[in-house]
This record gives sequence, structure tokens and C-alpha cells, in this order.
Amino acid sequence: MLEVANLEVVYNDVILVLSGISLKVEDGEIVALLGGNGAGKTTTVRAITGLLDVHEGDITKGKIEFKGESIEKMRPSAIVKSGITQVMEGRRIFAEMSVDDNLRTGAYTNKDKASVLAAFDRVMELFPVLKDRRKSTAGYLSGGEQQMLAMGRALMASPQLLILDEPSLGLAPMLVQQIRDIIVGINEQGISVLLIEQNAHMALSIANRGYIMETGKMVMDGAAQKLLGDEDVQEFYLGLHGEEGERKSFRDVKHYKRRKRWLS
Amino acid sequence: MVRSMIILAQVGGSTLETLLTKLLDGMALGAIYTLMALGFVIIYKSTQVLTFAHGSVAAVGAYLVAYFVTIINWPGRYLTSLPVTLSFVISAIVGVAAAAVVGIVIERMFIRPMVGQPLFSIVMITLGIDIILRTLLGDFVGQGSQLDIGAPWGIFSVTKINGVIIPHSYVATIVAAAAAVIVLALFFRSRTGTAMRASAFDQEAAMAQGISAGRIFALAWAIGAALAAVGGIFGSVPPRGFGVNQTTPFFALRAFPAIIIGGLDSIIGAVVGGFTIGIAEVMAGHYLSQFTDTLGIGFNNIVPYLVMMGFLLVKPYGLFGTKEIRRV
Ligand SMILES: Nc1ncnc2c1ncn2[C@@H]1O[C@H](COP(=O)(O)OP(=O)(O)O)[C@@H](O)[C@H]1O
Ligand SMILES: [Mg+2]
Repeated sequence: MLEVANLEVVYNDVILVLSGISLKVEDGEIVALLGGNGAGKTTTVRAITGLLDVHEGDITKGKIEFKGESIEKMRPSAIVKSGITQVMEGRRIFAEMSVDDNLRTGAYTNKDKASVLAAFDRVMELFPVLKDRRKSTAGYLSGGEQQMLAMGRALMASPQLLILDEPSLGLAPMLVQQIRDIIVGINEQGISVLLIEQNAHMALSIANRGYIMETGKMVMDGAAQKLLGDEDVQEFYLGLHGEEGERKSFRDVKHYKRRKRWLS
Repeated sequence: MVRSMIILAQVGGSTLETLLTKLLDGMALGAIYTLMALGFVIIYKSTQVLTFAHGSVAAVGAYLVAYFVTIINWPGRYLTSLPVTLSFVISAIVGVAAAAVVGIVIERMFIRPMVGQPLFSIVMITLGIDIILRTLLGDFVGQGSQLDIGAPWGIFSVTKINGVIIPHSYVATIVAAAAAVIVLALFFRSRTGTAMRASAFDQEAAMAQGISAGRIFALAWAIGAALAAVGGIFGSVPPRGFGVNQTTPFFALRAFPAIIIGGLDSIIGAVVGGFTIGIAEVMAGHYLSQFTDTLGIGFNNIVPYLVMMGFLLVKPYGLFGTKEIRRV
């Protein structure tokens, strides 16, 4: 469904941030994209959704295909229309507007009233808390409610692929659980999900497959179960063994592993 | 200008009738400032650009209407039984629509290519556009002369109620501004209007919803220019003004204190600021005229700026402005 191949992204003509990453999301999958701060996860999302321009970023190499069609030169509005929406990092709800109006902007590309109403009903079913807050100013919602509003807004366009950029950021563990369950619910409606997270545990627990990024490169990928069981992943992303004092870069380990593979 | 003095001269002293008459005068002037201020604010909110071409865009709109009315008598020449006022309103609608197109052309040709450039450069470009349009206006109207715009509501047509003088033209001005505010309020509830508000609040997040930033920019300039034109028309209609001339663009500059008082990014602020300035200016003109010896002639023209400075000391972001002005 979504295929990113060898993607290279440069900011301000000089800052190379993605150096040839590849990833795939198949129909109906939940795919986790993991990585620490500054790895290039958000940049990847911007590249897919056509928002690099706003940040003076350019795709200098590689391609992005959605449903077999090249989208790397498309405008953000065309990409939304083709079926990809996103929940941006930091939620980015329209804080001064009502909950309803936030949801309406999500349906901006859809002029068919009946299908907008249907999408609205689905959103209300997924996020019952929003039902009582429809007229409230979005900025007054709690953090968890704002995240739900952001997700609801992204669903109003009835996407086939939903990209979530760190939805668990800044939320209490209870809420993270809830968001996780909702993502599963969304996926069960047949929507493919690209889930970007630093919270590897949460993401891998519901994903089919996962990718791990570090400073603009993919350093590992595979089935979510396999990643969850991987010692290095456990050490660096799940915090099972890691001791604060001696956190090596994951890349060092990877390098070591690569060498091992060459030898065998 | 000269003849509006005649109306001013009809009432004097400081009776209640005078106060109410002056209040209406001030509200009518405030309505023009409000229209100008609304245009400024909508363009600013949507594009972060404070346009200095606003006054000349207003004058271009007024000029087109004056051209229709005085030079080609359109649509009156084809519909001879059409009342003068109705014919004027039709001309005005076409003139306003044309001004909207001018706004779109400005956005497309001069502003869009500058997106991402320093704001200061863009603002300077609007100043350049203003000079171009003003020069063109001077060429068309003639330096130092003016183009009559007709008197759709009569020059001296007034209704008197209990000694309060109500010029019909002023009533028309206030009604037009009120209509503009209502139409805007309805627009901002529509799908496109909601998109525009969203884009003004967080452009990137709006783009992520599939809202085209370019389209919003063009629309903002169209609406802003149209509002300016409505203001320009009523500033030119007697007895407020006498046709379109080189001073017509100044209505926009005189509306400047209104947006500062209201807050650069506030629609309500534009309305409140516009009326405040209009009323203050007229009241000062009347009640301070006895001090002309000490204050000098034209003191009332300074009053809006004095009010503005006073407000800035107390409320640096205006009455309704947001502290943190978001940038792209
Ligand atoms: N607009 C920008 N201009 C220049 N560098 C940027 C810009 N946005 C992000 N970066 C840099 O790109 C790198 C990746 O950032 P980002 O994609 O936000 O990572 P992540 O989402 O994984 O935290 C970081 O080093 C960041 O500083
Ligand atoms: Mg990020």
C-alpha cells in the first residue's frame, strides 16, 4: 500500500536528515516506526504527507508510492484526498476552535455530506468522550482528549492509511493504554496504520512489523514479535537491561552484528 | 469635504441633539474604518502580512464604481426605469467584485512568490503596490481633481427626529458595514470559512487536513480587498466625501489606529476599534473645535492616533489581540 524506497531528505539545501531509508506498509497492517529523538521519524512523515516544503525540506532521492502511484511530488491536499491522513506530533489541534469545527476541518477534502456524516458517527463511536464536548473550545480539553480529537480529525477524511506521530507523547500510562486500544480499533475497521513512537513497547505490542531508525538510517526491521524479543532492542528501546551510565549507541551494536554476519 | 462642513455647521453647541447627531456621524465614519480594519485583519490573520496597499485597493474599487456611475452610467443607461440608488448598488457590487479580483491578482503576482521570504520584504512589496496603484489612480482621475461618484442617498437628504439629524447616506454606510459583518460571521461558519480560521491558527496543521494554503491566501486577499472597496466607496459618497480623488486611499491609513486598538488579529477588535476611532474623531472635531487656537486646525485627525497610543500603553496587543502571534 505504502512504499518508501531509498528516501533521502535535505533541509535548507544542506542538512541531510534522511539518508536513504526504505519502509513498507501493507494493506491492513499496523507498522511501527521507532527511534529516538532526532532520528528523522517526523521528517519521514513530512515527506510522505507532502509537508516538507513548509520546513524548507526537499526530497533529493528515492521515491514514495501509495497504492502503486508515485506521491512524492503531490500537494498535501492531493495526498489527503488519495487516502493518507496523519495525526501530527504534538497533536496540533486548532485550540481556538470548537471540537466540532476541528472535526469539520478534518473532513475538508470530502464534499459528500453523507460520507462525512458517516465518518462523524464512526469518530463519535471511537471517542465517546468527544460527544459531550462537541461545542467546547478544543484548547480546554485535557491532553488525552486533545489526542483523541486529533485522531478523530484525521479519521474524518476516511483515510485508508493513518499515520500517527508519537500519539503517546506526554500522556499518562493509563491513557497510553487507551490510545493503544483505539489504534487497534481503528485498524480493525480496515485502516492501515503507520505508528511512529519512542515508546517501543506500546508500539510493538500492537504492530505487525516494526522499523528502527537512528540518525536518518534504518538500522533494523522485522516482525514486531521478533523485535520485541531481540536483545539489542530490549536493551536500547525497551529499557530491560540498559543501565543509564553505559548506553552505547545502537549503531555500534548493529555494526558489530553486521561484522558477525559477514564472518558467518 | 467642504460641503460636509455645511452639515456640520447646521448643528452647533452641546445639546443632547447635537451629541446624538455627532454620534451618528461618528458611527458612520467608524463604519468605514471598520470595513477597512476588517480587511486588514483578515489578510493579516491569514497571511501574516500587514498590507500597505489597502488604501489604494479601496480607492481602485471606489474608482471603478465612480466610473460606472459617472462616466458610462452603467447599468442605468440600459435600464432607464431603474432607481438611481439601485443602479448605484449594482455598480457598487460589480466594483467590489472587481476589487476582489485585484486582490487575488496582487496575491498571485506579488505575494505568493514571496512566501518564505522575510516578512519585512513582503510588507515593502505591498508598499510598492500601493505606490503603483496610487499613481495609476492619479493618472485616471487627474492630479488634484476628482471623479464624481454620484449621490445615491442624496447629498443633503436627512431625516430629523427630535432635532437629531440623520443623513441617509450615513445610515446606508452603517447598514453596509453591519451587513458586511453579518456576512463575514456567516462565512466563518461555513466549510471554507472554518478552513480559513484553521489555516490562520496553524497553517501546517491545516495543510495536513488537505486545506490548500495558497487558496486561503488568495481568498483572504479577495475578501480583504472587497471590504476595502466597500469602505472606499462609502468614503467617497457624499457628504462624507465628494467622489474619488487622491485622498481616498487615506481612509485606510486613518483606520490604522483601529486595528492597533482592536488587536491586529482580531475580527471583533476591528469592529470595536473602527467605531471607537470614528466616534472619537468626530467628537473631537466638534467639541474641541473651540480650542482650535491652541490645538490647531485638524486636531481631530490626530485624535485617533492619540487614542491608539493611550491604548498601546495599557494593552500592547490591543483589546482582543493575542499575545503570541504565530508564525509559519
Ligand atoms: N526544519 C528543519 N530544518 C533543519 N533541520 C531540521 C528541521 N526539522 C528537523 N530537523 C532536524 O532533522 C533531524 C530529524 O528530526 P525529526 O525528523 O524531527 O526527528 P524525530 O521525529 O525522529 O525526532 C533532527 O536532527 C532535527 O534537528
Ligand atoms: Mg518527531
